[in-house]
Amino acid sequence: MHEWALAEAILTAAKELAEKEKMKEVTEVTVKVGELQQVDRSILRFAITQMQPPLFKNAKFRILKAGTTLRCRVCGTVWRFNSKKVDKETAEAIHFVPEVAHSYIKCPKCGSPDFEIVSGRGVWLESVKGAK
Amino acid sequence: MVDPRISVINERLSRTRRIIAVSSGKGGVGKSMVATTLALTLARNGCRVGLFDLDFTSPSTHIILNAPKVQLKEEKGIVPPKVLGLEYMSLVYFVGDNPAPLRGADVSNALIELLSVTRWGTLDFLVIDMPPGIGDAVLDLVRLIKRIEFLIVTTPSLLAFETVRKQVNLLCELKLPVIGVVENMKMDKTSGVQVETEKLGVRYLGSIPFDPQVEDAIGNETKLMSTTVGKVIQEVGKNAILAEARDQ
Repeated sequence: MHEWALAEAILTAAKELAEKEKMKEVTEVTVKVGELQQVDRSILRFAITQMQPPLFKNAKFRILKAGTTLRCRVCGTVWRFNSKKVDKETAEAIHFVPEVAHSYIKCPKCGSPDFEIVSGRGVWLESVKGAK
Repeated sequence: MVDPRISVINERLSRTRRIIAVSSGKGGVGKSMVATTLALTLARNGCRVGLFDLDFTSPSTHIILNAPKVQLKEEKGIVPPKVLGLEYMSLVYFVGDNPAPLRGADVSNALIELLSVTRWGTLDFLVIDMPPGIGDAVLDLVRLIKRIEFLIVTTPSLLAFETVRKQVNLLCELKLPVIGVVENMKMDKTSGVQVETEKLGVRYLGSIPFDPQVEDAIGNETKLMSTTVGKVIQEVGKNAILAEARDQ
């Protein structure tokens, strides 16, 4: 159900952008979803279609997945986050607040929790296209 | 690239009448105790109150409240569980007993995430237990929540008050409302903090005598509200917050 909160945030932000650009109709919205947050893209898409205001009635929603890269600040090791390697409870906590990954995930080389989420953290609005 | 979470934060807080950030310049001055007893005081006076623990690296309000571990309810976001009549949210629901070693950018992101995903009900007051100092969390909240007011906790120590002075100056420069300063753990009758607070143009809300019983009251609401912290904060809540709310 967290996807519904994200859908609301995406639509609110996209509407703000469209209004700022004085769009009369939005034709395409591109959203990037980082793997770390493990958002169910089909639920997100469904939530968006259920909540979208009239301005978006003909809009195509592109929801793209982005892999998550982590980099250890201590030893420099770079690795990819794999959601299949964390247990259900941990996955759920990271789903709601991705930063809590620092409480559960350690650098595979040196064991430090001090790592940077280089890419693929959460949900980003990549672009909003439309007709003026 | 736009972070969509920012746009929805004001909507999440739109049903909250007042937002009070309980802050301090330094840690260890009793800020979490004051935030918790203030929230309980307001609730005991018939107000609808939320308590939001944003001290991510050292959360403690859940211990003061003896908040049980619960499965969070999801309803197009997260519905804060009710603890002793308060709507309550803390990062401990996500990290459990694990430490949360977060750097500044991570603190900001976690803060924005929780603000955008937590679905507070209709509240008269949202009391926020802030991290100490004037770092990322304070700057983020000031940026994201336009209606925020600050209540500052200090001890009689010059070291604590010097950081309060800086904090008050910053908040005044930013034209943010400061409800006042509470002096905690007072062990004598000196009036130095009161004099210095008033020199800053800020209201001195009261002093809390050092009370060795406080430690024993942690996790027990009745005992907690009977400590000097509980008693003084009940007066502060009535005189400085509820009275003003009635006058508005």
